[in-house]
Amino acid sequence: MKKVLVRKDSYFDSVFLMLMSKELTGRPEVVDANVAMGTPMNLGLLSDSGYPVADFAGAGANDLIIAIDCATVGGLETAAKAAEALLARKAAPRSGSGGKAANPRDLSGALERIEGANVAVISLPGAYAAREARKALEKGLHVMLFSDNVSLEDEIALKTYARSKGLLVMGPDCGTALINGIPLCFANVVRRGTVGVVAASGTGLQEVTCLIDRFGAGVSQGIGTGGRDLKNEKVGGLTMLTGIEALAADPATDTILVISKPPAPVVADKVVAALKAAGKPAVVHFIGLAADASKNPEGTIRWATNLEEAARMAAALARKERYEKRTFDLSDAEIHALIARETSRMAPGQKWIRGYFTGGTLADEAWILLHGLTGAVYSNNQTDPAFVPRDPMKSTGHTVVDLGDDAFTVGRPHPMIDPSTRTERIDAERNDAEIAVMLVDVVLGYGSHADPAGALVPSLVGARAAAAKRGGYLAVVASITGTSGDFQGFEKQKAELEAAGVVVMPSNYQASMLAVKIMEKVIAK
Amino acid sequence: MNAPKPVLDLFSSELRVVNFGLESFGETLAGLGVPVVQVDWRPPAGGDVAMIAALDSIKNARIDVEAANALAVERILKGKPVLVGIGMARDVVPGMRPNLVLHAGPPIVWDRMCGPMRGAVIGGLIYEGLAKDRSEAEKLAASGKIDFEPCHHHAAVGPMAGVMTSRMPVWIIENETYGNRAYATLNEGLGKVLRYGAFSEEVLERLRWMETDLAPVLAKALERHGPIDMRSTIAQVLQMGDEGHNRNRAGTSIIIRELAPHLVMLDESREKISKVLSFMNANDHFFLNLTMPSAKSVVDAARGIEGSTVIIAMARNGTDFGIQISGLGDRWFIGPAGIVNGLYLPGFKAEDAAPDIGDSVITETSGIGGFAMAAAPAIVKFVGGSPADAIAFTERMYEITLAESEAYKIPALDFRGTPTAIDLRLVVEKGILPVINTGIAHKDPGVGMVGAGLVKPPENCYRDALVAFAEKYASTGGKR
Repeated sequence: MKKVLVRKDSYFDSVFLMLMSKELTGRPEVVDANVAMGTPMNLGLLSDSGYPVADFAGAGANDLIIAIDCATVGGLETAAKAAEALLARKAAPRSGSGGKAANPRDLSGALERIEGANVAVISLPGAYAAREARKALEKGLHVMLFSDNVSLEDEIALKTYARSKGLLVMGPDCGTALINGIPLCFANVVRRGTVGVVAASGTGLQEVTCLIDRFGAGVSQGIGTGGRDLKNEKVGGLTMLTGIEALAADPATDTILVISKPPAPVVADKVVAALKAAGKPAVVHFIGLAADASKNPEGTIRWATNLEEAARMAAALARKERYEKRTFDLSDAEIHALIARETSRMAPGQKWIRGYFTGGTLADEAWILLHGLTGAVYSNNQTDPAFVPRDPMKSTGHTVVDLGDDAFTVGRPHPMIDPSTRTERIDAERNDAEIAVMLVDVVLGYGSHADPAGALVPSLVGARAAAAKRGGYLAVVASITGTSGDFQGFEKQKAELEAAGVVVMPSNYQASMLAVKIMEKVIAK
Repeated sequence: MNAPKPVLDLFSSELRVVNFGLESFGETLAGLGVPVVQVDWRPPAGGDVAMIAALDSIKNARIDVEAANALAVERILKGKPVLVGIGMARDVVPGMRPNLVLHAGPPIVWDRMCGPMRGAVIGGLIYEGLAKDRSEAEKLAASGKIDFEPCHHHAAVGPMAGVMTSRMPVWIIENETYGNRAYATLNEGLGKVLRYGAFSEEVLERLRWMETDLAPVLAKALERHGPIDMRSTIAQVLQMGDEGHNRNRAGTSIIIRELAPHLVMLDESREKISKVLSFMNANDHFFLNLTMPSAKSVVDAARGIEGSTVIIAMARNGTDFGIQISGLGDRWFIGPAGIVNGLYLPGFKAEDAAPDIGDSVITETSGIGGFAMAAAPAIVKFVGGSPADAIAFTERMYEITLAESEAYKIPALDFRGTPTAIDLRLVVEKGILPVINTGIAHKDPGVGMVGAGLVKPPENCYRDALVAFAEKYASTGGKR
């Protein structure tokens, strides 16, 4: 029994709508529910799914559509009431603020309310985000463009224009920034200090800033560039270059740290030139690109081979200490004992590693290290098309999946917000008797789920129990990207994981390396 | 290396954020003590891809739209309408001729005219002596021997049916700043009147009296008085509770006050003078026929500015609603005339209403009427009931206008100028339609006014105009 409710002229952001859809679908009387804005595409989907067209005739993109499918009429009524209650909850804070003027509808209205605005944070649907970003730049604001699905053409136009005005465009698809110590979007509570970071990777920036904090240094600025900034020759690293130039001139920055996936060669040259011109000690990590040891250091530039090393090198420079290379915090003996403990009870036939990641760059770091060992790790982030799984929804052999990939976020929030994308996947795959090791990330900080470890643990416990029931043993290795200042509580998150039998390593690199060591043992068996 | 100064400024100042999209991002910042404003964002143009493309194309137009609009705004703000006299349409209205019937709204042929418009045409033809009764008039109207043209094409405006023929007396308004003139007939009063499509003998009799007595008497009084500055008069009435369209009580009173000392000095019988005064006093809307041509004369000065997106006419003929854009010449963009959402006089209901009709929306086009709703607390029942509703209506109109009037101020908004110069781009981008106050005509000819309220213009005419504008001014090169 299908029904569609229309609320005229009520715009809601997509994350709210997705969470509401999920909450409604989760109700016992509801078979299926979809809450969306009445765009032509959404309306088409509804009529294709057999919802009565008459219910939503005349609805438009500014109208909220609540489509509910229930077994009974009574169920429909209950669900409709529940939907109203959810909407009321959303509306409450604003109406309850008593006499406060309604929020402005556009940038010019907003600028009348706030004097000296200097940053626009934009997380609108990609198709519209570029227009608003352009307007913000025209008004002299820097832009943090969280939105994805912004066209390459728009990105180039925005960045070229911003560069001509000396403004920053962080993004598109930029999830993280730390400006003047203030976390923007997905970011952690990190000590302020003298390391200035420019990163073309959101979780990469989170990981290195958290580790810099842990290593006793701090961050002056954390600038995100968006993933295409250096990778695409036409974008040409415009934001990266503006970022480096600003950090070079910033008196509060002593050390510059650059993180990116391997850039286009022309862009890499520009970045190196800009860092040399900056004249400040710099650390560069191009993820997945083997650093040429003979060129280390290269003038003022030091090349790091992983995120943790990048953070360590930068922290050492900031603290004017010597950098010492190492793999694990634990001693060799402790690592051996750990590997023995985790592998001794495995059954014959357990041979695969499965990485379930919410952070894209963390997934990259893991598959690259594991691929080096086995030569055959499947991942939706793989650079070798032969190892990109045909069906991203299913793991085969060694697999490291980035669950924050677009394939998993159509119509549902990012797994850092909604852990169910990952837990459902783990639950679905736990009966594979050939799994030996699971590798996971847990990302804390603003924007992330309030208790990501707690949300993940039942699935990990379930998977471990399933393996035990089969007479085997499932090793689970994790790392936590976060600081003790994060509202989820680093120590609390760690304790929750350890109580579930998870080996928690101090960084994504160390977790990946432990997984590599365990897999070496598994393969040797 | 060139240090990007704006970035360094950012590093050394307090972060101040405008947040579009996920509210949680803004809430996090607010929780950290960062000043942040959340934008209640909606998809531009309701998410219509073609409209967004048109808006973007106009942004890269081959002409400086902002400069063109600045000129249009200047002309509208500087316009000073002055009442200079009364004349006969055939003598003063440009292009007027014996077989021409002017009507409200965009162009329309006899076959498509609504009931009140047809009734007014019939009345006009009988009044001119071109037909002796209804059936003769209908035959003549359909014969092709009569030309029908919009008032707007002749520097004129007419309320409701807006029918003007050559023997009708008209107010002459001159825009002192730019020298152009605008015209409107004298208001006939309430009830059975030509503008609502009535053409009975009583109606025609009144029209004849207006021609032979009312107009000459008022013309002489006006001559004694000298030109009346309509800009300052309208400024006054907005501070006396009129908004210039649906409430004209203060304006009518002021005109009587201005003319009375001169009327009594005329060499006319006391009966005649008293009848003139009583006639004006009996009709609260007498002043409407002065605000309309005043508004017309002001907005007309901004007509035909290449590259301007300012709306310079909105008008209805009871069948179509039409708009004209400064940068698009005399082209009309039309959509179906709507049904007024209003309150009805006792004995009438929504089924009695004719579709939206009349040129009186020239007042909104110039920034008064519905746009000045906040000035008229006495008629807030038309807009939801409370003065707060009226203020909200006016405030919303600032979002689609480019300027604030320097003359017309609203006491309740701390004497803020009324929202002036409607920008077509803003209407489409924000999906905010102009607020229009209006009277409601009975759908049958001759019954008269049945109520008043608000009417929503058809959205398509704004969208069509935007597309036409984008096409006309599309940049030929690939500059971006």
